[in-house]
Amino acid sequence: MGMAAESQFHVLAVDDSLIDRKLIERLLRTSSYQVTTVDSGSKALEFLGLCENDESNPSTPYVCPNNHQEVEVNLVITDYCMPGMTGYDLLKKIKESSSLRNIPVVIMSSENVPSRINRCLEEGAEEFFLKPVRLSDLNKLKPHMKKTKLKDQKQGTVEKLEDLEVQQQQPQQQIIIQNEQQQAPKSRDLLQPESESHPHAQPTIEQQQQSLQQANNNSKRKTMEQGLSPETDRTRPRYSGIATVV
Amino acid sequence: MLGLGADLLWADMNRLLAFLFHQGVLDEQFLQLQQLQDETSPNFVSEVVNIYFHESEKLLRNLRALLMEKEFSDYKKMGIHLNQFVGSSSSIGAKRVRNVCVAFRAATEQNNRAGCLRALEMLEHEYCYLKNKLHELFQVK
Repeated sequence: MGMAAESQFHVLAVDDSLIDRKLIERLLRTSSYQVTTVDSGSKALEFLGLCENDESNPSTPYVCPNNHQEVEVNLVITDYCMPGMTGYDLLKKIKESSSLRNIPVVIMSSENVPSRINRCLEEGAEEFFLKPVRLSDLNKLKPHMKKTKLKDQKQGTVEKLEDLEVQQQQPQQQIIIQNEQQQAPKSRDLLQPESESHPHAQPTIEQQQQSLQQANNNSKRKTMEQGLSPETDRTRPRYSGIATVV
Repeated sequence: MLGLGADLLWADMNRLLAFLFHQGVLDEQFLQLQQLQDETSPNFVSEVVNIYFHESEKLLRNLRALLMEKEFSDYKKMGIHLNQFVGSSSSIGAKRVRNVCVAFRAATEQNNRAGCLRALEMLEHEYCYLKNKLHELFQVK
């Protein structure tokens, strides 16, 4: 349908473990993302077009002269524990770079260390997944990638598109409802989504809170109140969900 | 005829899998691997498992070499190998191997050489068992 017209999202996956690279690559491909895998943070930065020169000032990265960056990266998912540059270091470098800071970053770790999780979220990570990562975890990625695509649009345009998407009257505060999974509710006014397959689709407040707790089990949202940016597409809107106003 | 044979083989595989789950040798993550296998990636599970075998045997060799050193004291390096082993075992659902690695890691953190030796023996045993069972499983496939 509208699928052919969509451009695929491209994810850069970083992990020093070969098995985990294979796994994440398969998970991402199964979720219909384009994938590139690298085995280190420095290779990730290289791929993203950021070079670090050891000779001069190592803390001022510059854009690689030979990097054409034809392929856009919509999300970086990285392991935390890596030799050399950790996932946290990589996250920092991405967020400190003017050209890269808008790329959403997700951290994965085999260890559930709350201080580590908080540190990453505070540094700007969108999500923190506990390994082994599951397909259901990846369902949380799409809104973050869509947000990036929207960055250039002015607020006015976004609001116009929201009007197009809304099928019912909306209150001032709204929520996004994904077709597969529910996200953090911003307001008490829940509107009915058209969800075919998911058994948990009925959005009562109780169930929203339950799924929220489930979602928090293995990962954290950066800021609950921030909510998610409106969905928009250059093609027909796929979701009957309501867009949120941030 | 052929159908019946295939059905019996299928039942065997399921029986073996069920046994391995029951024994705690494998956990749910192994099922996740199977779910990721499809027509576009028909050998995914065996590919991943073969990488696991290859890496695990390397790790086991390194661990044994470290422990056998006359002047052995590099517990930290053992810990690093074990972190990797824990991670990869976890990723394929090798629950029992993973648990032995965790216990082994604890022994390295206590600088307990005897404990490490015992743990290594146990790890080698568990790993062998797992490898044999997985080979059996793949033969049926």
